[in-house]
Amino acid sequence: MAKMTMVQAINTALRQEMEKDDRVIVLGEDVGRDGGVFRVTDGLIDEFGEQRVVDTPLAESGIVGTSIGMAVYGLRPVCEIQFSGFSYYNFHQIESHAARLRWRSQGRYSVPMVLRAPYGAGVRALEHHSESKEAFYAHIPGLKMVIPSSPRTARALLLSAIRDPDPVIFFESKALYRAFREEVPEEEETIPLGTSQVVQEGKDLTMVAYGAMMRPTLEAAALLKDRDGIDAEVIDLLTIAPLDDELFTQSVRKTGRALVIHEAHRSFGPGAEIVARIMEKSFFYLEAPVARVTGFDIIVPLFSRENSYLPTVTRILTAAHKTLDT
Amino acid sequence: MPRIQIDIAGRLDHLAILDENGWLDKTLEPEIPPELLIKLHRIMLLSRRFDERLLNLQRQGRIGTFGPIKGQEAAQLGAVALLRDSDWMVPCFREMAAMLWRGTPLEGVILTYGGFNEGGRIPDNQNDLPIAIPVASQLLHAVGLAWAIKYRQKDDIAMVFFGDGATSEGDFHEALNFAGVFQAPVIFVCQNNQWAISIPRSKQTRAKTLAQKAFAYGVPGIQVDGNDILAVYTAAKEAVDRARQGGGPTMIECITYRMMMHTTADDPRRYRTEEEVEKWAKRDPLSRFQKYLTVKGLLVPEKIDVLEKEVETEIQEAVNRAEKQMKNLTDPLHMFEHHFADMPVNVLDQQQELAQELAEQKEEQSNG
Repeated sequence: MAKMTMVQAINTALRQEMEKDDRVIVLGEDVGRDGGVFRVTDGLIDEFGEQRVVDTPLAESGIVGTSIGMAVYGLRPVCEIQFSGFSYYNFHQIESHAARLRWRSQGRYSVPMVLRAPYGAGVRALEHHSESKEAFYAHIPGLKMVIPSSPRTARALLLSAIRDPDPVIFFESKALYRAFREEVPEEEETIPLGTSQVVQEGKDLTMVAYGAMMRPTLEAAALLKDRDGIDAEVIDLLTIAPLDDELFTQSVRKTGRALVIHEAHRSFGPGAEIVARIMEKSFFYLEAPVARVTGFDIIVPLFSRENSYLPTVTRILTAAHKTLDT
Repeated sequence: MPRIQIDIAGRLDHLAILDENGWLDKTLEPEIPPELLIKLHRIMLLSRRFDERLLNLQRQGRIGTFGPIKGQEAAQLGAVALLRDSDWMVPCFREMAAMLWRGTPLEGVILTYGGFNEGGRIPDNQNDLPIAIPVASQLLHAVGLAWAIKYRQKDDIAMVFFGDGATSEGDFHEALNFAGVFQAPVIFVCQNNQWAISIPRSKQTRAKTLAQKAFAYGVPGIQVDGNDILAVYTAAKEAVDRARQGGGPTMIECITYRMMMHTTADDPRRYRTEEEVEKWAKRDPLSRFQKYLTVKGLLVPEKIDVLEKEVETEIQEAVNRAEKQMKNLTDPLHMFEHHFADMPVNVLDQQQELAQELAEQKEEQSNG
């Protein structure tokens, strides 16, 4: 057991999988000598050499397009896009090819690649460094979209993502990279993609969140308990697509009240899908309208105002009380 | 500080060996085994006649939209003739001749253009990607394949096809750049057929040639008469030998012409003249190749007649097989397949939802 930051946990996952499987290749901008701008790939080049930890030219479409070719050949490329806000350059390769080659070739080929990218606000960065556009990827048939919420889930999910036979978009919260340390077991641990987790059991209210929003959500849940004696059940989605609706369906049927929290924009965001699933599967169990606490439908402001954009514990509590009071 | 000229590497040749009148530059004539020449001719004839048949089928409404290849057969076959089975061929969407050479069955092509995904299935022993429609996007896949080949220390190569329009896309430049930086064993075969739908080559780039663009990435480039199979073969052989020996990528610009419409949904009379098309008709790659083979004593007119009958039968049989298959492939539930190794619950639910709906419709119909 070792206490790790999320950066260290992801680095550990990459290292352990690269030791085990020579098909795994890490590529991207500054991932080699520099160890990545967030140091996620730190030291990998020394251990595995330039053939397996590749500093590429500055070209996101090139990184993803060549990763697709490598994956078709039978390698397991894990490419890093330096910030998810620059992944629009490669969006075309993901939507038009990574997600489709298995289908287009009727199962002859698959694209077992992982695209890692830091996402989200909260680190006082420049424009294009703060967005949460997971819905873009979650909308694409043929893709999996994963967002860990902690060092331990990051290590376990990344291992699953690398081993997955299909392309996986793996978003890492910049705000969580060094936010806290957590015990990450030495022995290998995976979490199956497409499964959510109940991280806190409760009977009064269901709270569904993921990624960086797990922290304010859990904090709000603790305050609800301490101040008001309310038992919230908190669910960490972990995989956005394919969405596991089983746990939150069970939970909502028990609590009758639900709150969805994400930092992505509200309209057409993941919360819209979650609320729709609740309507489809649990409508007659509901005691109150399902609420959403999300980023606003505005461009993420520059950092002096980014904390006003992000869902806060206060906003989550306000929405929770409104739901509970209905 | 002086101002001095920088010597940038890159000698650009235009290579032509056999002209439209059948005149051969014997000093440049490549050594191609007679059996290979005969096979190349057969596939060239087959793809020409198949292309014509596909156009008929489309006009009769028996298949959907497709992009005819007429005029570009030599540019494709001269290049793929150098490939081994273990090499990779990455087409765009106008490489039917190259695909047939590599082993794609005719009915696979008919199925694809007939609107059935099943046509996209490449035979298991054939290392080719399915057609890629977004222009230039497939170049990067070829570079990735070649990069992986290099990583595995194999002497296979990847060969990718694209058109003149593709050289304006960002992915073309990223692919050339990655291939140059990582010295990937990949051959870029540009079929400069003069038109990207209605945009002529002259409006695609101010550059004098497309091949010279390779030099910007430290990659050798050559321009060839793309309707001259001997020139294409010679350039491809140089490129393939270099790639197999660890010499990295090459770009070959084949000067050719799209004799037909961009796709069957296009009317080229809106943007180009009949005179231009007639001029290029005289430079036809098939008749030119036939003249060469005849002079070489490998082909006689009677043999061409026999071959014409053979390919006609082959095509007819493929059309029959494909149309029979298409009749049996109507189950819409198949469209849910092949998105993931394991079907996710939401897709499975939706498949069942449609299955139920179809079953109910069927029951209603049978109840009258």
